[in-house]
Amino acid sequence: MSKRYEMRFAGSGGQGVILASVIIAEAAVIAGLNAVQSQAYGPEARGGVSKAETIISRDKIWYSKVTRPSFLLALTQASADKYAKELAEDAVVMLDESLAIPAGLDPSRVIVVPVLRTAKEKVGKAFTANIVAVGAINRALRLFSDEDLLEGVRRHIPAGTEDINRKALAEGAALITDAQAAACARRI
Amino acid sequence: MAKAVLMQGNEAAVEGAITAGMRFFAGYPITPSTEIAEQSALRLPQEGGKFMQMEDEISSIAAVLGASAAGMKAMTATSGPGFSLMQENIGYGAMAEIPCVIIDVQRTGPSTGLPTSPSQGDYMQARWGTHGDHPVIALSPSSVLETYTLIIRAFNLAEKYRTPVIFLMDEIVGHMREGVVLSNPRDLIINRRKMSFHDGANKQCYFVPEGEYVPAMKPFGQGERYNITGLAHDVSGFPVNSSEIAGRLVTRLLDKVEKNADDICRVEEFAMDDAEIAVVCFGGTARAVMDAVLQAREAGKRVGMFRPITVWPFPEKQLRARLPQLKKILMVEHNHGQMLLEVQRTVGGALPVDFLGRIDGTVISPADILAKLSEMEGKNHAE
Repeated sequence: MSKRYEMRFAGSGGQGVILASVIIAEAAVIAGLNAVQSQAYGPEARGGVSKAETIISRDKIWYSKVTRPSFLLALTQASADKYAKELAEDAVVMLDESLAIPAGLDPSRVIVVPVLRTAKEKVGKAFTANIVAVGAINRALRLFSDEDLLEGVRRHIPAGTEDINRKALAEGAALITDAQAAACARRI
Repeated sequence: MAKAVLMQGNEAAVEGAITAGMRFFAGYPITPSTEIAEQSALRLPQEGGKFMQMEDEISSIAAVLGASAAGMKAMTATSGPGFSLMQENIGYGAMAEIPCVIIDVQRTGPSTGLPTSPSQGDYMQARWGTHGDHPVIALSPSSVLETYTLIIRAFNLAEKYRTPVIFLMDEIVGHMREGVVLSNPRDLIINRRKMSFHDGANKQCYFVPEGEYVPAMKPFGQGERYNITGLAHDVSGFPVNSSEIAGRLVTRLLDKVEKNADDICRVEEFAMDDAEIAVVCFGGTARAVMDAVLQAREAGKRVGMFRPITVWPFPEKQLRARLPQLKKILMVEHNHGQMLLEVQRTVGGALPVDFLGRIDGTVISPADILAKLSEMEGKNHAE
């Protein structure tokens, strides 16, 4: 991992991208790394562009905002188009299959995954999309052990939802092929 | 050893307050401080405390003052618009000498402004928001862990000096999450000095011994009747219309903070030993400044950070001590130049003071600060 690994999570308010970024940051803390998480959103409770950011580092993290992310998750077209313009060289971009690859973005950097459909059809609950995404992200980037990630999830979900969230993590991880994971490993 | 957990600044404020002994919270939720009310509602009943959601911010601070007078350590939390509403009763707290902690998680103003965007535009309001000459202590944290430790200090200072303490956070720190290990510094907690009518010969509730500034406090409503008022009052607590007594009272109120500035004022200095340029900042702004200073140092520039942790009273003595070694100062803050005025007053024209600020809700980046430092260097060559 580089000195400062910047990640951005973007979508529509209510999709849970903030919680996804919180869980990744929590797993980093559990794994003994430094992490800073923050978010920007409008005053609406649902809808509107929601952007969350997590920075992971072995060193102390001062500035808490992401400037050139090495990873971007986008769950809406508006957020994909907006944030595809602000990426580090060699960044990994994860898009939901429902989105078009933004113009100017090299398709070889993009992992297209059916995050929203998997949550709805395979896990059975649309609101688990963020956990499906977290599972896919960690399988692709191999940031943390499965145990640390699961503990990160556990600290942020209501009691009684462990099974469905574990299933969402597993279904998310299963969306990433070995070839995709290997390609990402070279870029972290 | 306790495990590290990911915690938000707003949550750390509640945990620190509870560690300090806070057992009463009254508030009216407002972004970006809402998590403080939420977490207090969850945690206080677990600790045997009370949480009250009030109808507005005026009643919130009133309830907090009442609870504190009755003997509880009490707190409220708000943001700019609610902080404006609280001002009259903050003055009442200062005049009646009722300890409490008021958190203002600053967002972009004026008025309701940008509710979810950061700002430091309430710096002067924290000092001069309520009318009349009054003492103010205000502290400002720059990390989640510091939020925890510093709010304990806020309660300690409130109790020690019997005055409301403003805990001036900003959206950057309030909404940021970091991994922290919370220690339990119970030995550091200061509790109020209590007085009883039955103690010795003196039965006056605002009696202050010669050479001291702070009266001990009687818990109100527990069988011993006395008077609390925002009017000028004598040692019995009852109103007076005497210039002499009123002058003596307000002078003592101001003195208890001014004459104890050495005890109250704290700063963080980073890379200041051989610095020629000091970047002055407070609160969440310090995070960008730290990265900028580290990068400037890598480029061989003698730049350091001077961060008031106590933002009121302004730590002028500490800044003045650095002036002989400095060539320039850069003030960086998320407002139109508020602490800048205090820095300029302290420097008194001895050196140039430059300014970088933002008022649009965007966070100042390390690159912005480095660009400003280069621009200042350019000016140097031009001269």
